Amino acid sequence: MTESQRRIILSVEDIHVFYGAIHAIKGVSLEVREDEIVTLIGANGAGKSTTLNAITGLLKPRSGKIVYDDKLISGKKASKIVPMGLCLCPEGRRIFQQLTVRENLDMGGYTRSRSEIRESMDEMFERFPRLKEREKQIAGTLSGGEQQMLAMARALMARPKLLMLDEPSMGLAPILVEQIFDIIKELHGSGVTILLVEQNARMALSVADRAYVMETGVITMTGKASALLHNDAVQKAYLGN
Amino acid sequence: MDIMSVIINGLSIGSIYAIIALGYTMVYGIAKMLNFAHGDVIMVGAYTFFAAAHARNLNGPAGPLIAVLIAIVLCALLGMAIEFLAYRSLRQAPSLAVLITAIGVSYLLQNVMQTVMSLDGVDRFFKNVLGVVISENNDKPIFGADTKMITDLVNMQSLDIHLSETLTIPGLAIVTIAVNLVIVVLLSLFVNYTKMGKAMRSVSEDRSAAQLMGININRTITVTFAIGSALAAIAGILYCAFPHELVPTTGSIPGIKAFIAAVIGGIGSIPGALIGGLLLGFVEQLSRSVLPVTELTDAVVYSVLIIVLLFRPTGLLGKKIREKV
Ligand SMILES: Nc1ncnc2c1ncn2[C@@H]1O[C@H](COP(=O)(O)OP(=O)(O)O)[C@@H](O)[C@H]1O
Ligand SMILES: [Mg+2]
Repeated sequence: MTESQRRIILSVEDIHVFYGAIHAIKGVSLEVREDEIVTLIGANGAGKSTTLNAITGLLKPRSGKIVYDDKLISGKKASKIVPMGLCLCPEGRRIFQQLTVRENLDMGGYTRSRSEIRESMDEMFERFPRLKEREKQIAGTLSGGEQQMLAMARALMARPKLLMLDEPSMGLAPILVEQIFDIIKELHGSGVTILLVEQNARMALSVADRAYVMETGVITMTGKASALLHNDAVQKAYLGN
Repeated sequence: MDIMSVIINGLSIGSIYAIIALGYTMVYGIAKMLNFAHGDVIMVGAYTFFAAAHARNLNGPAGPLIAVLIAIVLCALLGMAIEFLAYRSLRQAPSLAVLITAIGVSYLLQNVMQTVMSLDGVDRFFKNVLGVVISENNDKPIFGADTKMITDLVNMQSLDIHLSETLTIPGLAIVTIAVNLVIVVLLSLFVNYTKMGKAMRSVSEDRSAAQLMGININRTITVTFAIGSALAAIAGILYCAFPHELVPTTGSIPGIKAFIAAVIGGIGSIPGALIGGLLLGFVEQLSRSVLPVTELTDAVVYSVLIIVLLFRPTGLLGKKIREKV
C-alpha cells in the first residue's frame, strides 16, 4: 500500500494551546496515518510535549481540531480518549513510584476488563522479562532503563492503536537507547502506529517514515524522514554536523 | 483513675479520632486538600442517627442499626455533594482559597443544622411529606433547638465485660474499638487490592499520569469523599454515644483533634491515621487522669503535636517529601 492510501488515524488541525497567557502552540497541524512511525523533533521548549498533551486530552486547545479515528476528540478528557486506543507514554516516564510493577501495569489496563488485563500482562511479561522478575517490587526502586520499560509496558497495557512516546530515550545509556528503539520497531511490526517525540533526532529519523520539525510552537518543516535526515538545515540544527 | 481505665478510655476515644482522621487523611492524600468541613459531617451524621432512631417506622429491634445505615448513606451523599458543589471548581485554585471555602462549608453546615432544628413544623414535614413520624415515645416531637443526647439509643451495657469488682470494660468501648479495627482492615484491603483503591493511590501520587491511564479523576475523588464522610457518620454516632452532647457545633472539637491525629500520624497515611488517633486518645485520657486541672488536657494534646512535628515534620508515618527529579 502506498503512503497516501493509508487511512489517516490522527489529524491535528491548526491547534493553539496556552498556558495562562503563554501562547505555547501557535497553529500546529499534523497527521499520522495507520501503520506509520511519525516523529516530531525540535529543540527543548519547542512545544512537542505540549502538543502530545493536547492530543491526549491533558490540555485543552483554545482553538483548532483534533480528530482521531474519525472522531473529534479535542475537548474530550483523557479518560474518554484512552479507551479509544490513543495512549501517551509521557516524558520523564511518570511511572507510579510507590506502586509495584504489577500494579503499574494494572493501572495501564484500567479501562479494560479483568481478562483482557490478564492477557496483556502475560504478553508484557513475555516481552519484558525483566519486569516479570521484578513484578512485586516497588517501581520507584527500578533502574532508569527498567522504569522506561515499565512506562512503555504500562502504556501498552491499554492496547493502543496509536501510541505516542515522549522522549523515551531520555537519560538512558546508549545501549539502553538502542534497546528502546528496537522495541519501538518491534511494536510497529506488530501493528501499532507510533508518534514519537525525540531529542535523539538521528535515531528518530532513522526509524520513522515521516517527520515534523517544530520550533517555538510552530511546525517549520515536514517530509519523509529519510529526506530530512539528509537535509542541510536539519543536519545543522538537530544532528550536529 | 487507674491505668486500665485510662487505657480502655484512651483506646476508645482514640478509635473515634482514628476513624475521623481516616477521612481527613484519605481526602488529603487523594484530593490534596484539607476538608475542614469534615468535622461537621460528623455532627450531621449524629443528628441523622438521632432522628432516624426516633422514627416510628423503625421501631423494631433492628431500628438503631437501620438508623446507623441511614446516617452513613446520608453523610456519604453529603460528602459527595460538598465536593461537587464547593470544591470541584477549585481544583486548580490556590490552597488558601480551598481552605477558606472549607471553613465556609463548615459554618454553613452548622448554621443550616441550627436553623433546621429550631424551625417549627419539621416533624410535620417529615410526617406529611415523607410519611415518617419522628417523635419520642410520649409523642413529643424531638425537633427543637435544645441539646440532644443519644446515649439511651445506643445502650450497650449488655456487652459489658466485668473483669473484677472494680474493673469493667464497657460494651461501648468494645464496640468502638472493634468497629475501628474492622474499618482500618477493610479500608486497607480496599486501597491495596481493589481497582478503585489502586486508582486512588495512582491519583494520589501523580494526577496527570493517572489521567493518562484513563482513570476518571472526578469519580475517584467523589468516591474518596463518600468513604470519608460515611466514616464520619459512624464516628459521629460513637462520639455522641461516648457520651458527648449533640449540638450543631458538636463536630468541631473531635474534627480538630482528629486532624491533629492525622498530622501526627503523617497525613495521607492510613496506618498513620490509626496510630495518630490512638496515640492522641491515650495521651488525652492519661493527662486527664493525672493532671490537677482538666483544662490542661488540650494543651498536652497540642504539645504532642508540636513535639512530633519538631522531630518528624511529615508525621510519624508520613512520607519524606521527595524532590522531583
Ligand atoms: N506547565 C507549564 N506552564 C507554563 N509554561 C509551560 C508549561 N509547560 C511548558 N511550558 C512552556 O511551553 C513551551 C513548550 O514546552 P514543551 O511542550 O514542554 O516543550 P518540549 O516538549 O518541546 O521541550 C515552553 O516554552 C515551556 O516553557
Ligand atoms: Mg518535552
